[in-house]
Amino acid sequence: MTCLPEITPGQKKLGLVIDLDTCVGCQACATNCKEWNASGHSGPLPDSKPYSAGAEGVWFNRVHSYEAGEGEQGRTVNFPRSCLHCETPDCVTVCPTGASYKRIEDGIVLVDHDLCIGCGLCAWACPYGAREMDEDEGVMKKCTLCIDRIYNINIPEAQRQPACVLTCPTSARHFGDLGDPESKVSKLVAERGGQPLMPELGYKPVNSYLPPRNRSSASAQPEEAAPTPMDIKNPLLRWMDKVLTR
Amino acid sequence: MNPAPSIVFFTTASGAGYGLLFWLGLLRPLGLVPGQGLVALALALLLITAGLLSSMLHLGNPQRAWRAVSQWRSSWLSREGVAAILTYIPALLLGLAFWIDAPALALIAGLLAAAGAVATVYCTGMIYASLKPIRQWHHPLVVPGYLALSAFSGAVLLAMLAAFAGGGAVPAILAILTGASALLLKRAYWQAIDTAPPIATIESATTLGFIGKVRQLDPPHTEQNYLLREMGFRIARKHAAKLRLIAQGAGFALPVLLALLAVLLGGTPAALALTLGAVLAIGGLLIERWLMFAEATHTVMLYYRG
Ligand code: SF4
Ligand code: SF4
Repeated sequence: MTCLPEITPGQKKLGLVIDLDTCVGCQACATNCKEWNASGHSGPLPDSKPYSAGAEGVWFNRVHSYEAGEGEQGRTVNFPRSCLHCETPDCVTVCPTGASYKRIEDGIVLVDHDLCIGCGLCAWACPYGAREMDEDEGVMKKCTLCIDRIYNINIPEAQRQPACVLTCPTSARHFGDLGDPESKVSKLVAERGGQPLMPELGYKPVNSYLPPRNRSSASAQPEEAAPTPMDIKNPLLRWMDKVLTR
Repeated sequence: MNPAPSIVFFTTASGAGYGLLFWLGLLRPLGLVPGQGLVALALALLLITAGLLSSMLHLGNPQRAWRAVSQWRSSWLSREGVAAILTYIPALLLGLAFWIDAPALALIAGLLAAAGAVATVYCTGMIYASLKPIRQWHHPLVVPGYLALSAFSGAVLLAMLAAFAGGGAVPAILAILTGASALLLKRAYWQAIDTAPPIATIESATTLGFIGKVRQLDPPHTEQNYLLREMGFRIARKHAAKLRLIAQGAGFALPVLLALLAVLLGGTPAALALTLGAVLAIGGLLIERWLMFAEATHTVMLYYRG
């Protein structure tokens, strides 16, 4: 059913918190996502012309890189973009077949690939570009929040996390229940002032982005070490310095 | 947005077909168009069916298309499918009424078919108007535009058929009126989308506006992907301006003038003028529908182009 489930207070909202301060743009999350999902719930994830010019394929996670601010304030920010598992996503309600749905129990937005007719309307309805068509199978694919990992009793408990979160070398990605104000991720969002993407569209993204931290101002930057001849303790070296600077 | 030929053809052909069905259903039972009406009905159903089939070609899994009528509670695409299928019933009954010459049945079936045509085109318009990420479509003039274009192209086609069947100025006059109003509406729409502010910015898309202006440094991938092909299509401003002029001239102004000429002349010259008018109107509409896609921009491109 493509009608959205009613949202009750305290409802579970699984999602990601992405730290734009620590993300180094290494693409590990995107790569591990592709690796896991190529054979999981959504597999296969097609690639066309993988070994020649024009190689492309379906990815659930794309890591952009931006420059924000001018001059001294300017800085580079790496920016991973994937499905935000929105609370009120039109990608679900526009679907004519019932293939797209939002789970009541944890808020994950999924596609049933057996029902999808590949009309592409959900991709048009997603403001964030989180849905990419599998043009081999003619069905829509998207991030599942690694539904086949997070509930998977066959893997050690510590690994029941989305592939992108597990692999991130700087721990810039966090997974948890954003509907529970006491959860680690909710506290992180509260502490660091996590932000939704394009809130003006009204989709209420569950995923949250932690802003880059304030950088110390330019004047507080460490100065380059500039030793004077008097700093040279060894008399022999002091003499050499004198001779050489003559 | 990428103007997929199958969808451009669908909106033009089905739109004209539903417009023709609408006017035929209303006017023929009242005796305001000459002839038996079967030819016009056949043309309407042909256009509608060809358009619907073409839109199905656009699907990744056309053999599952029947599933698309299941989610009418939330999805305008589903509602469109339901309305399109239901409209076939009174349309075929109307044909039966014409065939066996049953005026009472024709009146009722005609009204129902006209209502079905309006409902279907309304749903088509709403599919686009409900898409918030595309500001040129998520606009109050989009649905009226779909209805007006459909009414206009249908009226031109009916006027042409009526002229061949030997008279009846009513459809030609309707073509003049709907053509003029569709042109005004379209101009108002273009002006509105040209001056409207963007709905979102690269700053709000990335949350980084608090630092300052944001620009792309490195793209996430160097080759194409589905998003860039589907949503990244854009048309040069000067081409858009030219195409708008052509659509206005060939698609609206000339057919309206030709319909006017037809009303004044009557007879065979009227039939010829209206045939030319119909060809121009459909051609102009194809351009206009193509532009409707080509000029639309999607918020996902903020991430790629700012
Ligand atoms: S990010 Fe896009 S695909 Fe994901 S839930 Fe939101 S609208 Fe749907
Ligand atoms: S592409 Fe599939 S999931 Fe998306 S709206 Fe169409 S049928 Fe639904």
